[in-house]
Amino acid sequence: MSRKLSEEEYKKKLSYRMEQWFAGQRDPYLEHLRMKPQAERTLEPEKEEALRKEKKERLDKVYRISDNRPVKLFEKLYRIFCVAFCFFLVIMLLIAVSFLPSYGEDEKPVNNEVSRRYIEKGLQETGAVNIVTGMILDYRAFDTLGESHVLFAATCTVLILLRHDKKKGERDTEEETDRVYEPKNDVILQMVSKVLVPPIILFGIYVILCGHLGPGGGFSGGAVIGAGLILYLNAFGFAKTEKFFSEKTYKVLSVSALGCYCLAKSYSFYTGANHIESVIPLGTPGAILSSGLILVLNICVGIVVAGTMYTFYVMFRKGGY
Amino acid sequence: MSVFTDILLLFLVVCAVAASLSKNLLNSILIFMSYSLVMSIIWILLESPDLAITEAAVGAGITSLLFFVTLKKIHAIVESDRKEKKDE
Repeated sequence: MSRKLSEEEYKKKLSYRMEQWFAGQRDPYLEHLRMKPQAERTLEPEKEEALRKEKKERLDKVYRISDNRPVKLFEKLYRIFCVAFCFFLVIMLLIAVSFLPSYGEDEKPVNNEVSRRYIEKGLQETGAVNIVTGMILDYRAFDTLGESHVLFAATCTVLILLRHDKKKGERDTEEETDRVYEPKNDVILQMVSKVLVPPIILFGIYVILCGHLGPGGGFSGGAVIGAGLILYLNAFGFAKTEKFFSEKTYKVLSVSALGCYCLAKSYSFYTGANHIESVIPLGTPGAILSSGLILVLNICVGIVVAGTMYTFYVMFRKGGY
Repeated sequence: MSVFTDILLLFLVVCAVAASLSKNLLNSILIFMSYSLVMSIIWILLESPDLAITEAAVGAGITSLLFFVTLKKIHAIVESDRKEKKDE
């Protein structure tokens, strides 16, 4: 048989307390456990004096080098061994260098059939007038793909290490970023960069686009563009560069460039491994639209490198876009 | 031509030693920059213009820029300025 409990009786029961605890209204430990503030340490003055003396003696024993004979001996020996090791290294390296084949000599291991093939058939097989670009972006494109990914991974590491997320309402301090005094409006720097930045970026684009025709390529052109962007940033401040290059731009650009590289390269790997004739024409050597995929790969590498260089600089400056 | 190359190589060695021995970090970076520039000229003389462009852009340009920013972050540049002001 059930009977109705009065409210006071019910409140004493365990089930009531359980229910309240589940609902989060009551903490079962609230009145049973309490943190006691730590009592202040008190010592007799004599004992404290003795303790301090002992500590000082111990520190002196470790840090005063003039009294510490083993440390002194170690320092002397360390210097002697340093110099000896440097000389040993220099002599070893010089001996190793003396065994290298002399520059440009025939009948040396460097002049084997691999380089002969690159030189003789490079233009015919890759369509690139610049043999170096033909080598790094066609014969050895897999290495270059890894290189671009290493750059991307380096940016990610810099992001992890240097990124500084501001909480809402928090203001920049001079310690954390040097953006506080922007815009600095240095007239000389602004005028010079107005004149210099467009040619620098144009030259970078030229180096990227003509990578298969003359000296240059994605990496160097991207670095030139990155340097131009950094100069512009220094002259005009973050407010202007954020309009066209934000974190989102960097993400989209680098990920799409790396993906494009992977796609283009996997196509040529697929056709090459299965002995299928590639659809992409090599074009006439010397024309800007020639040499198959090399131009696309150059542009991809250039975009990744330019974004990476700029992002490095921004991360070092203020830890975030 | 070979005399010119020898002078450049000698300059390279001098730069390398000076960069490691210089007490001021800013000077050391500037010396490193000039090292990279001379290195890029040597790359051209060795007939590899691709490497020369990369060396000039990365070695002399971006690496030194990152070094400068790092020095500013650790207040190495500012403090030397203050010292100069005190001397005046």
